[in-house]
Amino acid sequence: MIANLIDYLSDRLPIVTKVCYVAMAFIVFWSMSVDTSHAHTWAEKMIPGFWSLFGLGSCAVVIMVARWYGRSGVQTREDYYDN
Amino acid sequence: MTISFMHPALIMIVGALLLPLFRGPFRKPYMILIPVLTFIDVLYLSGHPGTYGVVQFMDWELTFGRVDRLSMIFAFIMSLMAIIGTIYGMHVEDEYQHMASWFYVAGSLGAIFAADYITLFLFWEMMAFASTFLIFAKRDKAALEAGYRYILIHTFGGVILLLGFVLRYQATGDLSFDLLNVKNPELYTWLIMIGLMLNAAVPPLHSWLPDAYSKATAIGAVFMCAFTTKTAVYTLIRSCAGFEVLIYLGIIMAVYGIIYAIMENDIRKLLGWEIISQVGYMVTAVGIGTTLALNGASAHAFAHILYKGLLFMGAGAILTATGKQKLTDLGGLYKKMPGTMIFMLIGGLAVSGLPLMSGFVSKSMIITAAFNEHLLWAGFALTFVSAGTFLAAGLRLPYLLFFSKNNCSDETWAKAKDPSWNMQLAMTIGGFLCIFIGCYLPFLYNMLPYTDVTYHPYNAYHLSETIQIMAFTAFGFFMLRKYIMPVNKISLDLDWFYRMGGRAFLWIVTNPLQYFDTALSKFYKVVGISVLMETSKFWSWFDWNGIDGVVDGSARCVRAIGRRVTIVLQRGQIQQTICYTISFAAVLLVAYVWL
Repeated sequence: MIANLIDYLSDRLPIVTKVCYVAMAFIVFWSMSVDTSHAHTWAEKMIPGFWSLFGLGSCAVVIMVARWYGRSGVQTREDYYDN
Repeated sequence: MTISFMHPALIMIVGALLLPLFRGPFRKPYMILIPVLTFIDVLYLSGHPGTYGVVQFMDWELTFGRVDRLSMIFAFIMSLMAIIGTIYGMHVEDEYQHMASWFYVAGSLGAIFAADYITLFLFWEMMAFASTFLIFAKRDKAALEAGYRYILIHTFGGVILLLGFVLRYQATGDLSFDLLNVKNPELYTWLIMIGLMLNAAVPPLHSWLPDAYSKATAIGAVFMCAFTTKTAVYTLIRSCAGFEVLIYLGIIMAVYGIIYAIMENDIRKLLGWEIISQVGYMVTAVGIGTTLALNGASAHAFAHILYKGLLFMGAGAILTATGKQKLTDLGGLYKKMPGTMIFMLIGGLAVSGLPLMSGFVSKSMIITAAFNEHLLWAGFALTFVSAGTFLAAGLRLPYLLFFSKNNCSDETWAKAKDPSWNMQLAMTIGGFLCIFIGCYLPFLYNMLPYTDVTYHPYNAYHLSETIQIMAFTAFGFFMLRKYIMPVNKISLDLDWFYRMGGRAFLWIVTNPLQYFDTALSKFYKVVGISVLMETSKFWSWFDWNGIDGVVDGSARCVRAIGRRVTIVLQRGQIQQTICYTISFAAVLLVAYVWL
């Protein structure tokens, strides 16, 4: 049943992608209407969609740091420790 | 009151010892009964706070049962996890594995209720040794090696802890396990903290965790992911709350863990790195040390045990079915393992802190505590890591396991199926609790150790913040996912130093030391033996010719003199004999008078 649902959605990937973009736009739009009096710093109050940018930035930083770090020699062949 | 105290660890220990006697149809009911009895005992104790089980042992007063709010929340979740874990592993016939896991739970419960360092140390070591057998039980070479590394590093940690509390006892005469003076730390404070910290897998003492948890048996890893690190978090809350260095270590831990999790190919190792990252939140909270932060650490430990247990159960289900645990050998499994997929998604979303899930109500408490203390950098760093967590456990892991390109071999694909009913039941309980905790706040919040603070996670701003981060992290993942595709490689970590250090030691022993040893024996053979032989020959000659000559010569001389005396003096003529005797007596008399 779930497998069928996933197949159904993946067959209609362009529509699913569009729905996701609309949802993201809605989330950013909604965030602008939220009361920011609980915010911790001025940046959160002044920058619209601050946490969206933060999320995207964090994601990019984690991916790029992991990629750079892995390629700097930390990732190595699987039998490295074998004698 | 003392009569009514039955230590929950005792139930598990006796239960484990009697387990081999229950066979066939009695085994499964018995395996449910013992953890349930333990859980009921813990529930009973939660209504009766106090100090129990005080025993005088030589000069020391040991306290086995300190029942307060802090020990109760941890005992509650540990005994609950014991039920879930036991149900999960019920189909396994290997009774030694079950015994090891129950001893392990007993060690954890014992450490949680201990109020002095000796009792703590006893149960601490019990945990380390019992859990080692959960690694050995996998019975392959990699597990055997990882098990030895695990026990060696934990023994090292145990020795540091022992050293710490013995020094403290010498300095203060106090063995009670309470909050240390973290504002003016002494050497023993540091040693105790390092000993406890090793079990919490705080860098640089963390490498044992992904190494061991990825090599343990399927049910072994489910138990291990719950008990060691979270018991250590409990002990850190108890003894090191407000120790500022833990804030920095905790943040390093959270970031370090997530970077390695992103690079990882082995699913159980990936989850192990995630534990390090998540325990980083708790360690940071312990370092902050406010009541909100400590409540956050306890709540997050509680939630973490459930969702991480769920994720390890899912990973164990995949391992049990297919025998594979590398992302490069799996993929596209949604068709074959839809049940496992749902549970792993629930676990992944709960760890990511999706609203209405357990991570949301626990993790945010720690981040809020950091912001409340004006530790902005710490608050932002932890929020950064929560995006990374979603990326690693909520997006990358399920995507690569269930949705992306199918890397399964035909054999793996044929074997892949949802696990047995008991494993699914355990995952259902875990999954239900992950959602229940997120939806019904009083269940967890009423158990928190400190009642002087209140916290409300569900406000519009916090919801908006979390949903924005998650939505745009997901967007970032789908844009950049090609950079973090799994590769058939391992990531080097600080265990390099002791693995290679061990190897260097072995090299020194087998090469220079062995060479020296061989050279020495050759030298001995060539020079030593011949010198010895020549020396013995000389002494033998000396003995024969010198000593024996002197002895024999003296004997011969005495005999010859005797013979001569006989010939001269004893001729048998009485007049001569009388003459000699009188002459001799006269000489004596003259000599006497003269002198």
